[in-house]
Amino acid sequence: MSVSVQEADFDVGAETAALSAGRLDVGAVVTFVGLVRADKLSGAGSEVSAMTLEHYPGMTEKSLEAIIAEAGGRWQLQGVRVIHRFGRLLPGERIVFVGVASAHRGDAFAACEFIMDYLKTRAPFWKKEDTPEGGRWVDAREADDSAAARWMT
Amino acid sequence: MSVKVLYFASLRETLGYSHETLTLPESVSTIGALRGHLARRGGAWEALGEGRNVRAAINQEMVGPESAVADRDEIAFFPPVTGG
Repeated sequence: MSVSVQEADFDVGAETAALSAGRLDVGAVVTFVGLVRADKLSGAGSEVSAMTLEHYPGMTEKSLEAIIAEAGGRWQLQGVRVIHRFGRLLPGERIVFVGVASAHRGDAFAACEFIMDYLKTRAPFWKKEDTPEGGRWVDAREADDSAAARWMT
Repeated sequence: MSVKVLYFASLRETLGYSHETLTLPESVSTIGALRGHLARRGGAWEALGEGRNVRAAINQEMVGPESAVADRDEIAFFPPVTGG
């Protein structure tokens, strides 16, 4: 189980391979990679040209570790890796990696989705988009709250 | 009681402060009361007032308005998160 909050990019292949390296009890590795989209800006012909991610150093790592611990209480997991970038990112760049290793695919799929849903609503990151009119903070989405709420049963 | 207060993202920009150290009167003993205390500074600080969409953390854990504030706590206020 490990968490990195970093400015640098990450190697998806190497991170995925590391989740099962040297182990014969892992039967499934599920990974998620989040990317910066070039969304159209409302009312203008232009697109998001870049975004800057701010975070709360210290709390970010703690909250990601708490989310992983909660996932570990719900499913049988052999390994979890979460990487989240901060700083200035361009469309097409990777923002986040979540990788989960388990004996069976059911636990790995569910835990990976759970970790992303909780990360979206609990990890202290904030996105600011560059627009021709200057920086604009991204609003939180209700859909993210309901995605996280479906796990609270 | 003395606490450190941090502000993040759009709230930091609205207030023009990223952090401050505050000595609180005894009547301010919860997160909700602290928000009210700060909002009473007026102007941009009304962004912390009741009904505004602000989240809080004590010592780097997300908390609700009823949570008690203790001496030397690190308190943070920020908008709903948008990572991932």
